Amino acid sequence: MTAPTTAPKPAGKFIAPAAPREMTGAEIVVQALVDQGVDTLFGYPGGAVLPIYDALFQDNETHGPRLQHILVRHEQGAAHAAEGYARSTGKPGVVLVTSGPGATNAITGIVDALMDSIPMVVFTGQVPTHLIGTDAFQEADTVGITRACTKHNYLVKDAADLPRIIHEAFHIATTGRPGPVLIDIPKDVQFARAAYQAPGEVTFSHGYAPRTRGDAARIAEAARMIAKARRPVFYTGGGVINAGPSASQALRTFAALTGAPVTSTLMGLGAFPAADPAWLGMVGMHGTFEANNAMHDCDVMVCIGARFDDRVTGRLDAFSPGSKKIHIDIDASSINKNVRVDVGIVGDAGSVLEDLIAAWKAEGLEANRAALDDWWRQIDGWRARQCLKYAPSTTAIKPQQAIERLYALTKDRDAYITTEVGQHQMWAAQFYRFQEPNRWMTSGGLGTMGYGLPAAVGVQLAHPDSLVIDIAGEASIQMCIQELSTAVQYGLPVKIFILNNEWMGMVRQWQQLLHGERYSQSYSESLPDFVKLAEAYGAVGIRCEDPAELDAKILEMIDTPRPVIFDCRVAKLENCLPMIPSGKAHNEMILPEEVEDLGSVIDEAGRKLV
Amino acid sequence: MSTDPATDPASAYDLSHVDEVENLATFALLVDNEAGVLHRVVGLFAARGYNIESLTVAETDRKAHTSRITIVTRGAPHVLDQIEAQLSKVISVRRVHDVTRDPNGIERELALVKVRGTGQDRVEALRVSDIFRAKVIDTTSESFVFEITGAPGKIDSFVELMRPLGLVELSRTGVLSIERGATGM
Ligand SMILES: Cc1ncc(C[n+]2csc(CCOP(=O)(O)OP(=O)(O)O)c2C)c(N)n1
Ligand SMILES: [Mg+2]
Repeated sequence: MTAPTTAPKPAGKFIAPAAPREMTGAEIVVQALVDQGVDTLFGYPGGAVLPIYDALFQDNETHGPRLQHILVRHEQGAAHAAEGYARSTGKPGVVLVTSGPGATNAITGIVDALMDSIPMVVFTGQVPTHLIGTDAFQEADTVGITRACTKHNYLVKDAADLPRIIHEAFHIATTGRPGPVLIDIPKDVQFARAAYQAPGEVTFSHGYAPRTRGDAARIAEAARMIAKARRPVFYTGGGVINAGPSASQALRTFAALTGAPVTSTLMGLGAFPAADPAWLGMVGMHGTFEANNAMHDCDVMVCIGARFDDRVTGRLDAFSPGSKKIHIDIDASSINKNVRVDVGIVGDAGSVLEDLIAAWKAEGLEANRAALDDWWRQIDGWRARQCLKYAPSTTAIKPQQAIERLYALTKDRDAYITTEVGQHQMWAAQFYRFQEPNRWMTSGGLGTMGYGLPAAVGVQLAHPDSLVIDIAGEASIQMCIQELSTAVQYGLPVKIFILNNEWMGMVRQWQQLLHGERYSQSYSESLPDFVKLAEAYGAVGIRCEDPAELDAKILEMIDTPRPVIFDCRVAKLENCLPMIPSGKAHNEMILPEEVEDLGSVIDEAGRKLV
Repeated sequence: MSTDPATDPASAYDLSHVDEVENLATFALLVDNEAGVLHRVVGLFAARGYNIESLTVAETDRKAHTSRITIVTRGAPHVLDQIEAQLSKVISVRRVHDVTRDPNGIERELALVKVRGTGQDRVEALRVSDIFRAKVIDTTSESFVFEITGAPGKIDSFVELMRPLGLVELSRTGVLSIERGATGM
């Protein structure tokens, strides 16, 4: 049996109190947040959390604004804002919502955080203990509902357990494979008095002890395998971002040592600089021709912090048939889940990469330069196909061009990009060239429309002086548009850059490809006037439809020190390419030049897939 | 390239390992005894589409607040590996033991078997129960309730023999397990 582990000492300096401090459950929440180093939380009040809101108010009176509460306009916004905050800082995002509808509204963001491994701690109010189970007003079985969509969750029945539970929750959310942890606190527990314990004083009650160091023998084996490779490829994911900036650094070092090309999932963009000649672009359904073909034809695949998701692998039985596969992941259950690998290494991406570098040097390994030269020649052949090529126009703004110009005009600024979900998200991933980790916030696993604006709010709070842009679609933006009000309230100059094609473009594209051009419910009818909408919220609206004016208007947006909605009217029927059609393998991508015959590319079996 | 839906998997993302046989497997879990812990385990099986053939649970250490869950499932080897990995990920699960793959694993089950009959069938039922070392725990002039323990296979055979002799009702505990030898889980 695993012995209970003791909480690690927090990074900040902490002075142990002489005598146990008794306080209310609500005050314990506030004190624990402070001791956990939390400076910002996203929330929305309601009956079942009023004691905590009162404690926040009083903490503010006595200690000043050491804990900044951001009042969102919808609890889904709170959860996504916490995700944006977390993903751009590496710190956990914190959410505070009321019982019942407060909790259920937050659930989309919680599932999103689970799918994308975002550290998050969610506090929900609950009806008083004696009313639980009576269908009381605003009662929902929050722990029951969220059991399947949190890394762990708690219902607190005794205020005396609260300090331990909160410190445990932060530990669980931020270590191992990060994820959301939820703490449901009945109102009577918020009023009850109990002794506070600081992070270093509690004894964890569970056996949770994630493994971070990889197995040395397997690491050495992997290093030798990579050295012998004739056609290696690195396939990296969000795990590298989660492992911190030093992991991205280690990836760069190791990739350079081995001379291997690097691709990444949607979640992993930025870990490896897009400007590096070894960068192949993104892998997967809308990845580049060169990345997907390299994945298909490689002889050694090094998967680091990615999980062989169906958007990456395409047809599984034709996925990289000739390669030996190495998989590094902090989550043991990711290894051999979808794709069977030859060497599985459970550990933190950064730690294992550093050990790989050490093993490479210790064994005096060298890459097979002659074979690599051939491999690069083949890759250059694929690159020559120019899979991202599109036809510019002088009359309409092409969405790809809009992102290219946005990138060109913001690349020398301190920019952070979030997105909604759809074609615009894929174009952003293809055409915005990320050079650093933590700069790219997108809903990958869940694909949540409505993520981008609240996420941008969270990012902007963490980086007040940076340029934060939500690349949006006209349909997605309407899902959490209410958070523009939050941005205005807190003076957050987020930029909402809408690629307005008047269609749920991604849906339209699939209907064109798979459903005989029957465009069922995918046209964005009755769109608001986005410029007026911005003004109604107290933000700034800019519209652009002329390619000739695009640069000037983007610059105008960047120079506006207030929140902006940029209604970028783009070509309406552009398809997002290249694409691995459903049911096809990596080497069966369709390229822009082949688009005439889109409908015939996908067969009956492929039509049934998502 | 054309795809034949008859020979190709329904989903291209489907893991079809046609050549793999499904095996029964027993996992013993030591879990924190807290509200909802059974739901975490059962919910994981439901959400990921794993089978539950049998499930037993009871607190086993009051002081340490731990319970033991024994769960019998079915799957191809790689699915069983995945089930073990997924179970190990649950924060409230302290240990996962694959009893089936452990040569020292012992599995036992208890069953209550009601048989109704008179004359020769009744005599035969009693004779068979004696061979299986089942206990008679209730009797009327036309029925018996037997209590039998043993490996699940033994109980299966007993039940099959009782069927033609007037099997009325069967209640089984599901499998329990422990390891041979002096050390604990
Ligand atoms: C909450 C939610 N509902 C539905 C979907 C399905 N979906 C994916 S993309 C998309 C259309 C998005 O349209 P828009 O925001 O205009 O982006 P575009 O594809 O046109 O760039 C829809 C409906 C989703 N991803 N999320
Ligand atoms: Mg659109």
